[in-house]
Amino acid sequence: MKFGIIVFPGSNCDEDIYQALQHIGGQVVKLWHKDTDLQNVDCVVVPGGFSYGDYLRSGAIARFSPIMQSVQAHAERGGYVYGICNGFQILTEAGLLPGALLRNNNQKFICKNTYLKVATTDTLLTHGLDRKRTYKIPIAHAEGRFYAPKELLAEIEANNQVLFRYVDAHGKQGADANPNGSLNDIAGVCNAKRNVFGMMPHPERAADARLGNTDGAEILKMLLQKIEA
Amino acid sequence: MEQQLPTVETAQKLGVTPEEYDKIIEILGRKPNFTELSIFSVMWSEHCSYKNSIIWLKTLPKKSERMLVEAGEENAGLVDIGNGLACSFKIESHNHPSAIEPYQGAATGVGGINRDIFTMGARPIAQLNSLRFGNLDSERTKWILRGVVKGIGDYGNAFGVPTVGGEVYFDPCYQTNPLVNAFSAGIVETDKIASATSYGVGNPVFIVGSATGKDGIHGATFASEDISEASSDKLPAVQVGDPFQEKLLLEATLELIASGNVIGIQDMGAAGITCSTSEMSAKGKHGMEIDLDKVPCRQAGMQSFEILLSESQERMLVVVKKGTEAEVQAIFDKWDLNCAQIGTVTDTQRLHFYHGGELVADVPAHDLVLGGGAPVYEREYEEPAYYKAYQKFDITNIAMPSDLSEVARFLLTQPNIASRRWIYEQYDSMVGTANTSTNAPSDAAVVHVRGTENHLVLSVDCNGRYVHADPEQGCAIAVAEAARNIVCSGGEPVAITNCLNFGNPYNKHVYWQFVSAIKGMKKACEKFETPVTGGNVSFYNQSSDDGPVFPTPTIGMLGLLEGIENRMRLDFQSEGDAIYLLGEVKNDISSSEYLYAFHEEKASPAPYFDLDAEAALHKATKMLIRGGLIRSAHDLSDGGLFVALAESALVQNFGFEVSQPQELKAKVRADAFWFGESQSRILVSVAADKKSDFEAALKDFPYYYLGVVSEADGYMNIDGEDWLSTSKASELYESTLPEALA
Repeated sequence: MKFGIIVFPGSNCDEDIYQALQHIGGQVVKLWHKDTDLQNVDCVVVPGGFSYGDYLRSGAIARFSPIMQSVQAHAERGGYVYGICNGFQILTEAGLLPGALLRNNNQKFICKNTYLKVATTDTLLTHGLDRKRTYKIPIAHAEGRFYAPKELLAEIEANNQVLFRYVDAHGKQGADANPNGSLNDIAGVCNAKRNVFGMMPHPERAADARLGNTDGAEILKMLLQKIEA
Repeated sequence: MEQQLPTVETAQKLGVTPEEYDKIIEILGRKPNFTELSIFSVMWSEHCSYKNSIIWLKTLPKKSERMLVEAGEENAGLVDIGNGLACSFKIESHNHPSAIEPYQGAATGVGGINRDIFTMGARPIAQLNSLRFGNLDSERTKWILRGVVKGIGDYGNAFGVPTVGGEVYFDPCYQTNPLVNAFSAGIVETDKIASATSYGVGNPVFIVGSATGKDGIHGATFASEDISEASSDKLPAVQVGDPFQEKLLLEATLELIASGNVIGIQDMGAAGITCSTSEMSAKGKHGMEIDLDKVPCRQAGMQSFEILLSESQERMLVVVKKGTEAEVQAIFDKWDLNCAQIGTVTDTQRLHFYHGGELVADVPAHDLVLGGGAPVYEREYEEPAYYKAYQKFDITNIAMPSDLSEVARFLLTQPNIASRRWIYEQYDSMVGTANTSTNAPSDAAVVHVRGTENHLVLSVDCNGRYVHADPEQGCAIAVAEAARNIVCSGGEPVAITNCLNFGNPYNKHVYWQFVSAIKGMKKACEKFETPVTGGNVSFYNQSSDDGPVFPTPTIGMLGLLEGIENRMRLDFQSEGDAIYLLGEVKNDISSSEYLYAFHEEKASPAPYFDLDAEAALHKATKMLIRGGLIRSAHDLSDGGLFVALAESALVQNFGFEVSQPQELKAKVRADAFWFGESQSRILVSVAADKKSDFEAALKDFPYYYLGVVSEADGYMNIDGEDWLSTSKASELYESTLPEALA
């Protein structure tokens, strides 16, 4: 699996996901936002950060970058695209993923560990994950409250497009476990074709034993397994 | 040249004394014009010249084998950390701007300190901050606190460097004049270190980054006077931050330095173009010709002094090798940043500024700067009466509370002790995937240095109440506590940076506090072999309403930890582990949160402190950690032993059963034992099967067995009584800030 990480001006998790993917054995390159060549990567990763400062609305400007034309085409061809945090916001702004990420319900930036439960194993990103356990993955965002109009939300649920939901350490859903007010406790979704993924939590921040948490590496490894198996 | 020359009255309005005005005339051989006077006024302000502090700062220890750059030589200190890498780190204040406009004041403080780091070629990898506010129940304090925290968060989070630690205190003395001290540490390869210098006749001088606007003009002068009601009229002296520009500037600057074409580079902080051109020229013993018309400005028609003094953020001055102009331009084009050649290096050792085709200022660089012609003053000082009065405190005059569990509950909710979660969850503490303390909390932050087995161990500390009570002891304690936090985390203390927040230096009592604090810092830094790499002096932290703030010499300490296996956490690990106290116990409640807040007794000396005992404690603790004999270590500070126990227990909600050792009952009061803050003590936990090894290893070092870690979601049982449940303790500890700031 060859990964390409897009670097926008203001991206700040590009190096972290680069290191994490390399650490689990992926082949990784960085892609500059002003370029249009995806260098034949299998999976485009849109990393976290504050693209273009996010002064207008998170991800609102980045989707107009030259490279995003190529990413659109890549997705349409069935290529994998994976957005984390700001990357998830950019992919919803670009229309590659359904829904929107609104300001957290406490109106503040929140950085802390959260716990996730896998909602579907019918995607590359989640296919080998354990639905019975919780994954401890940190969040760091001010705009991460997943929102979709009623009908769209019903469609997302009916199509099994929810990848992860926020739960507590014991695996229970509820208001106390939902850090930002996301509808249906949604932490990540995929598109209808199941080749574009987005999630607010940062698996790359839980991918190094030195940091005392490797739950994120288990998620990232899914991207390697199927193709190489 | 302008025809109308300013008078000595104008000079005074700019903060230049009549004597300094005469000195300027002597230097120039003529009267200065307004632009030149403005240049001198900012360069000779307290903020830039250190004129009232430098004599004493020079007494601090500066040398160690690891020191690559000594204090005052560059924008930040530089310490060799091995593997061909160095750590650049520094702390700086942004107090006055934060008092007027908390959000921008704090944000630009974060921006400024990070530029000091990356201007040396170092990539920042960790930030900390040290904050002081007035009474938490005041609406003004809440407004300042909310703004400061959001400002630090919004800037640091977007810039993409984790905030890994810090400290917050509340006291009425900071009501009008809060303190906002920002710390940053970065890593540079030792062959890519950049210097703030300028030489080579004909080499081009560039200004890069944001355009220059009218913000922050005379900011350095503003930082050099008392704060007052009229201060809010100085709003234009507060700068506006743009973390996105800073992030681009970081990447472009590091790329530029890596190109090898840079002669010298300096960020533009206080006094903007004036300060960077004069300091770089003075250091390189050259001059510059600068054309102000070439400076990219945000608005037309800016006057010469406005362009020269603007403190617009996210800018750098760079001197590169002649002939590499196109390469420089290409790097900044890539990052969509301004890059304009504004002048050239000359051999005149003078700064010639042109504007509209005319020479608007002609000043010698050397005479403007610290260590050159900037004034140096020896101020008078005098011991204030309160100092001796505080020493007369007698513990026997304090009544023993009938119910100590009430004190315990009270302390857990005190703003100076309660959980800081409301604050730190607004900071991205994990970006960079190097902060190992997220899932293993420790007294100091342990931050991995990528590509090595090395870690930076970082702490910022100062208890201003202790320093006020006894500046010499209090400041030594601040250094000791920082070192203790690093030792408790498994690290080796290496060096410090300091942020010296004091009142008006022309007040003899304030200056006595300053001098005494420096003496205390000197002896503690010598003891721990942690030289001072630099920092910042912030005088004039006082207001007409509250008087001077507590003298607050914040210590930012760098430690190193080779190998994660020697890292130590602060929280209890499992039921049945034994709990011990390392260090001697004194019958002492002086300056404790308990005495100050519960009994409301403000007049007492600093807590008991002995430097030799402290050093011995560090040695013993390091030995225990290296020997694998302890499972947690947490230093005793605010709230004493009980609060340390609660903090070690609450991370994983363990209970504990502990008692005051029989042999201490006769000589130490129960309140002093549980809540006293006498120094040089560490709480540790030991696996049951390691107890005898642990006790044998300590030999003659004083330690006390306290009890055991008990089941999770249980009770805090003290001297045979359940004082409170862990769930109640957690609720109390977590409620104060969210309730006050909701």
